[in-house]
Amino acid sequence: MYSKDGENYFIVDAHVALWDARPENIKNVQGQQFIDCFYDYHRNLSPESEVWSMEDYAYQGGERLMKDLFTDGYVDHAIFQPAHLGEFYHRGFGQTEEASALAAKHPDKLTYNHNFDPRNGEAGLDELRADAERFGLRGAKLYTAEWHGESRGWKLDDPMAYRYFELCRELGITNIHIHKGPTIRPLDRDAFDVADVDHVATDFTDLNFVVEHVGLPRLEDFCWIATQEPNVHGGLAVAMPFIHTRPRYFAQIIGELLYWIGEDRIQFSSDYALWTPRWLIEKFVDFQIPADMTEYAPITADQKKKILGLNAAKMYDIEVPAELRLPEADETQTGPRQPEAADLASV
Amino acid sequence: MATLAVAPAQVVTPDAVRRALDVVFDPELDEPITDLGFVRSVDIGGRDLEVHLRLPTSFCSPNFAYLMASDSQDALRALPGVGRVVVELDDHHDSAIINHGLATDAGYRGTFRHEAEDSLDGLRRTFQVKAHTAAMERCLTALLRADATLEESALGRVVLGDLPAGPEKDSLLRRRTTLGLGCHPSAPVLVDEHGVGYEPDQVPLALRRARSTRISIDGNAHFCRGLLRTRYPGSEDDQTRRVDGEEPSDPTFIPLTALLSGPTKEPTP
Repeated sequence: MYSKDGENYFIVDAHVALWDARPENIKNVQGQQFIDCFYDYHRNLSPESEVWSMEDYAYQGGERLMKDLFTDGYVDHAIFQPAHLGEFYHRGFGQTEEASALAAKHPDKLTYNHNFDPRNGEAGLDELRADAERFGLRGAKLYTAEWHGESRGWKLDDPMAYRYFELCRELGITNIHIHKGPTIRPLDRDAFDVADVDHVATDFTDLNFVVEHVGLPRLEDFCWIATQEPNVHGGLAVAMPFIHTRPRYFAQIIGELLYWIGEDRIQFSSDYALWTPRWLIEKFVDFQIPADMTEYAPITADQKKKILGLNAAKMYDIEVPAELRLPEADETQTGPRQPEAADLASV
Repeated sequence: MATLAVAPAQVVTPDAVRRALDVVFDPELDEPITDLGFVRSVDIGGRDLEVHLRLPTSFCSPNFAYLMASDSQDALRALPGVGRVVVELDDHHDSAIINHGLATDAGYRGTFRHEAEDSLDGLRRTFQVKAHTAAMERCLTALLRADATLEESALGRVVLGDLPAGPEKDSLLRRRTTLGLGCHPSAPVLVDEHGVGYEPDQVPLALRRARSTRISIDGNAHFCRGLLRTRYPGSEDDQTRRVDGEEPSDPTFIPLTALLSGPTKEPTP
């Protein structure tokens, strides 16, 4: 929990990882390029005091993770969203054994989501059944830009993916987190296209689809789809750290999200270990929409509480102390929220 | 006559190469690769050229990477007097595939084989439409900010002739021309990619959608510039200032208060 100025914030970090990108686990040049890319994100967007060495960045381990999230980071509960990346790392990027064991040891603090890949076909469906039982899965993390043999990407509306979503429905895996990386298939189209989210959200209305990094770099396409689909949510992974170097851009992201999808469908995350939660939470609680951006209403403390934890807690049935709970906003299920805030004419 | 003495040995100058590359745009960021700092090196040997390109990450979309590299090759081959042209993309996960495709003139489908279906024309068009949408929003939002009595719903009636001259209008006209929309002063500003306008009650939502597109392009442009500077120290010297979406953390940022006179734009609308 984080407290400031008499307000208490229950914190759910909805997207964390326990990865291993140490040299002995890197399979090929792409594995090195992948962690280098993450490290450049980290160096580019972090305050100077929060920049780690590459050695620290490559691997954290469970003890360090517990300290960064729960001892130093104000987090009440965190959700693992592992990326497999089996083509780039010998033992995968997200460390299944270590992370799931940690979650089993601290069930009050950690939830373990696992991943699946429809290109694994029938065998993958059996594997998903086994994983659901082994990990007690409530959610899954999907990375559509994962390389897989000759294939370098897949789409959520591929016929085989539908088989997996049907199984998710049967197994009670209701929270589908989607990472839209630069999908190479189909190469003719925009690599970050989120149109497939629209299709699955329409066809699986009983599943929640949390689009990580709120569709960035296609914020506008994400907002347009999410405003029409009540079961599409926005995860703030990667969007959060802009609060430091690009606060006006961050304000516009938050302003657009509150306008198009509303305060009940946005989830905070640090995207650990890309960044650590402590500074992000401190800055977000202090954050306000700049006064000259009159196209957006100011953000309220209650909206921050929902974003920082209550929204994800609700999706995952995480127990929140009674005095910290808030009712849902009385907002439209679809279509823009707070249209009265589109008041540029009064500038 | 010293300059004439070197002319036979070096037909093409480094400056001419960079100016030729000014026409190559990053389709997603809607800026020339020369302004973004994506041109890493230019080597000239007699009539022959070798140009290396660099991008903000190894995992930038390979289709955009290919478009920029092949457009560069086309632009350089069109230079008068040029001999052999080599364009290479450095440090990308698909560098080997793309550079081989360029060296053998394999074209898009020949380069990416089973991963390419038809062409990248549709992709290019998608981002030309977004660039037009953002340019339109910048012009209309500037009008709103300049005139407190102007109603948002009245923006559907604004025509090109109503827009003040300046870089924002120039930018809009260029993007209209790209889409084949025409630039007559009586043409409405707020239109879709086919030139069709909006009913008054649809105007506010159309403007909001356009705004989200503009925010996205500006945000991506600055993030990509920043990542390039992190990845290639010193590359900031090859980047020109981008006013749209600029923030105090940018190396090229000039506070408004420091701008005393002359045509200026607000750093962020």
